[in-house]
Amino acid sequence: MKTDVLVIGAGAAGMAAAIAAAKNGLKVIVAERDEVTGGILNQCIHNGFGLHYFKEELTGPEYAERFRERLSEYTDAIQVLTDCHVLKLNRDKKALLVSPRGVFELETKVVIYAAGARERPFGSLMIPGDRPSGIFTAGVAQRLMNIDNRKIGNRALIVGSGDIGMIMARRLTLEGTEVVGVVERLPYPGGLLRNVIQCLKDFDIPLYLSSTVVEVRGKERLEEVVVANVDEHFKPIPGTEKIFKVDTLVLSVGLIPQVEMLDGLVSLDARTRGIACSSTGQSSCEWIFAAGNCTAIFDLVDYVTREGERAGEYASRYVVGERFTRNVPIVPGENVMLTFPNSYSDVDDLTLYVRCRKPMEKAVLKVGSFERVFEDLIPSEMIVVRVPKQKLMGLDRIEVTLAEV
Amino acid sequence: MEKLVCVLCPMGCKIKYEAVDGKIVSVEGNRCPRGIAYLEDELKEPKRIVPTSVKVLNGEMPLVSVKTSKPIPKRLIPQFMDLIKKVEVQAPVNVGDVIVRNVLNSGADVVATRSVKRIGSA
Repeated sequence: MKTDVLVIGAGAAGMAAAIAAAKNGLKVIVAERDEVTGGILNQCIHNGFGLHYFKEELTGPEYAERFRERLSEYTDAIQVLTDCHVLKLNRDKKALLVSPRGVFELETKVVIYAAGARERPFGSLMIPGDRPSGIFTAGVAQRLMNIDNRKIGNRALIVGSGDIGMIMARRLTLEGTEVVGVVERLPYPGGLLRNVIQCLKDFDIPLYLSSTVVEVRGKERLEEVVVANVDEHFKPIPGTEKIFKVDTLVLSVGLIPQVEMLDGLVSLDARTRGIACSSTGQSSCEWIFAAGNCTAIFDLVDYVTREGERAGEYASRYVVGERFTRNVPIVPGENVMLTFPNSYSDVDDLTLYVRCRKPMEKAVLKVGSFERVFEDLIPSEMIVVRVPKQKLMGLDRIEVTLAEV
Repeated sequence: MEKLVCVLCPMGCKIKYEAVDGKIVSVEGNRCPRGIAYLEDELKEPKRIVPTSVKVLNGEMPLVSVKTSKPIPKRLIPQFMDLIKKVEVQAPVNVGDVIVRNVLNSGADVVATRSVKRIGSA
């Protein structure tokens, strides 16, 4: 098989990228390992999606369905292969795919990689104790409850106050599982404040800040979780232990960009842990573009869609011969934890995503000769700003800083 | 000045306001007019959109996700969940289908947020 564009992953980024490429008149094949398009949106039945992109508030499945419909308007240009996994991508632009119909090879001119992220697993937390059943990541708990109609337990504790964790605290409560608390090692919540209110405060679920799980206990099924306060270096403080009698532990401890398939083909960024990209979505391998949570973890699906469209647009221009040469590195400076994209190609203005390092009441964001004041900053809420091209001219390095004022 | 975070959208505006006897006398920080409506509700009768799911019979999936078409009073949520647990619908279901009309007399409908095909249909 041959195509102009191979899109890997049919979540928010992949669907948007495929549509953008089809609009540019290219032939597109989308490979999706799940049976349906939409990715993780399908299991995120809560509202809060689409406010930027559609100017109305949707649930995840509704957001996915809108893009599924748009995809179906391009059936001449876009072929969606569901139940189809890309086994390997080679340097000669050939991919090896597997589906129930067999294994086959696909030759492409460009790849748009949109494989999303994985959840940080329990094993990586190095928590001492037993390894009984009853420990779930938030996304797995979400899938079991919202897609498969399974109740995961009777009494639960949640580790990590990321958005998915808090949303699952509400979901579990509504479905009759008692949630005894959410444990967060930082001194402030890890997710959006609106979720602290509508998911925790609304249901009187306690949030334990500056706390961590120090031990899990249980023979077959989880029985107890030991939680302790931590000092400023996240070290547990002896004597502060509290025991929670729960049969379920739900983890919301972060997402990690999924990059394994491109191992050795492209460079990664040490801060985002995702595929290093230019502002065009181009990776260090010039025919591989990437978008969405496999590049950096975004707050909103709306941003992911926009990045997918961008990658689709520039990948199309690459296919017809355009080359994006000037790639100026973008580096996080004072008070900045991470920035995305990782470099700037001056074909357009720069849409820059910034995560601050600590909560700040007021700070000036500086990017080249561009400055803007932001208020009430917290690391869990990304700053998104469009920096005009003229403000970045002549720079050979773009440092992004946040000066507290 | 009191502070409140608007939960209507992920922007999460921090609204500062002053209220005398439940009447709002000054507001700032809301980036859209919905923030004021939210604040008014929050002082009088807090309301929330409730997303959940209901059982589907003969569907390709066991559940169809649903939401209230507009926010319903927070105090009704437990009663709402008791009711929704007993609801079953026949596949096929389409996005936007009304599953329960005017639920608990709240003025909100329960609407499907995904489509579920009937088993065996093409």
